[in-house]
Amino acid sequence: MDARALSRLLIKVYVGIFLVYMLAPLIVMGVAALNNSRFPSVYPWAGFTDRWFVDLWNDDRMLHAASNTVFIALAVVAISIPIGTAAAILINSVQGRFRSFLYGVMVAPILTPGAVIGISTLLFWNNFDVPAGLHLSTLGQCSFISAYVMLLVLARLQTFDPALEEAALDLGASNAQVMRRIMIPHLYPAIGAGALIAFFQSAENFNITLFTKGNSDTLTVYVGSKVRSGITPTINALALMLIALTVIGAITYEVLRRRAERHERELTEQKERDEVMATQPMTVRTASATASGS
Amino acid sequence: MRDILRRYGSTLTCFIVTLPAFWLLALVVLPYMILFEYSLKPMLPVDQLGGPNDVYGIGNYLTFFTSPIHIRIFFLTVFFSSVVTVICLVLSYPLAFFLAKVAKPHNVPTLFMILLIPLWVSEILRSFAWFVVLSFHGPLNALLGGIGVIADPVRWISGFNGVMIGLVYTYVLFMLFPIYNAIQALDSHQIEAAEDLGAPAWRIHWRVVIPHSKPGIASGCVMVFMLSAGSIIVPSLLASPGSRWFTEIVQQWMFEAQDWNTGSAYAFLLLVLCTVFVTLMMRLFKVRLADIAK
Repeated sequence: MDARALSRLLIKVYVGIFLVYMLAPLIVMGVAALNNSRFPSVYPWAGFTDRWFVDLWNDDRMLHAASNTVFIALAVVAISIPIGTAAAILINSVQGRFRSFLYGVMVAPILTPGAVIGISTLLFWNNFDVPAGLHLSTLGQCSFISAYVMLLVLARLQTFDPALEEAALDLGASNAQVMRRIMIPHLYPAIGAGALIAFFQSAENFNITLFTKGNSDTLTVYVGSKVRSGITPTINALALMLIALTVIGAITYEVLRRRAERHERELTEQKERDEVMATQPMTVRTASATASGS
Repeated sequence: MRDILRRYGSTLTCFIVTLPAFWLLALVVLPYMILFEYSLKPMLPVDQLGGPNDVYGIGNYLTFFTSPIHIRIFFLTVFFSSVVTVICLVLSYPLAFFLAKVAKPHNVPTLFMILLIPLWVSEILRSFAWFVVLSFHGPLNALLGGIGVIADPVRWISGFNGVMIGLVYTYVLFMLFPIYNAIQALDSHQIEAAEDLGAPAWRIHWRVVIPHSKPGIASGCVMVFMLSAGSIIVPSLLASPGSRWFTEIVQQWMFEAQDWNTGSAYAFLLLVLCTVFVTLMMRLFKVRLADIAK
């Protein structure tokens, strides 16, 4: 075996180990939800149980926190998508120093620790006598999630052809039509990806929410307070459900992607065959037909 | 700027300017300034606000600089966050290279799907998973004891071990993705050319691939360092009595002491730390902010 093959083998082994490293802890955490032991563990195995799922279902505060999480995440999507999209269009139309300055301010929240954003949001609104609560968590989360949306939309804008808008204007489209019929449809993929990222970033946010939530809870903060006080395997039950959802989502996506890929490949092959057929002279075509027929 | 007005008309332009203005002023810049203002004022009972004692000063910062314990925790946080950043870089680079240049292109989306599963499961459950794995009577000790690697169970969560293991696992993907993006943009012909000219593998990486992936490395380092130093949930789950994290001190000021002024001074120090780190990375890798935040 030469050095090159050896290094390829080594890197493959490494990738395998890395994937195990990424997934094994999640499997352990999930399986611990089924263990009939007061403390979350898979070893020693104390028998199969579903009681942690029953406990989870009866935990009203947890269910309430979960509905808060969904509510906030939707609000964050609704606020940060318009802000991020507008910011991307704005920054795309300015040049020079002002652009770098604006860019710097816009990405700053991504590079700031959540604790800092949380505390400054709390203090800022406290000045206007706005008490802490989930509304502040929403605003605090928007401050950095808008930046993610801005970056995604800005990347998509690089492939936009402004001449399309010119053409629409020349043909008599109104300003609103240019936006609604030309710009926004071009941005759809980025807006969709932005909404997905915004939703999940909001749902998993801990640091900002912790400082701004007041007396309310979101799922992440509630889980955080649970694992810090008394740990029971109900958290594992919740984790197992989330993992199952994620895996189902991932598999569905993968199956759909492969099907689309295969479909596309078949289409191109079909097209190639048709082209070959069309370019071949009549005699060759009949000859090959008889040859394949015999 | 005038271009936007011409394309979208005055109403839409108004939105395009006001939405980002609201974001940057009310959610980013002004809150940071208020944070700084709070940090310069002493904490006073309500009836003394606006009185003779309500003056600006650096008292809150002196609290930090005269407390050897807090200074020590600050530098330990910086040190161990840097170690975590380096470990993540070393773990991610080979994998990023594999995904970008070695793996068959049609396998890459599947591998990404698997790698994304931990990311969707949320930060708090990723660290909780290691809490289960590393516990003294946990599966890791049982496994290693079972195959005879260790004779006695190891107390994994001691010193900064637990925190480091948790931080690396929780944030390693934030290093992987930017480096992957950077390497993917490298033209494979450059690698082949270097091979044809007889460069050994390590030199190809050192002179071709790594220089090209500098923006990705800088971006990953900034993200991992910021997330680690600002992490709240990982240290609170996986810390031992001997390892305290700077964010825990911030929380103490905010929640236990209810001293928002000193708390904001400490949060501001965290912000300064991250700003210094970003600047350092930009100088070190000679990249611009636009390359880092992508």
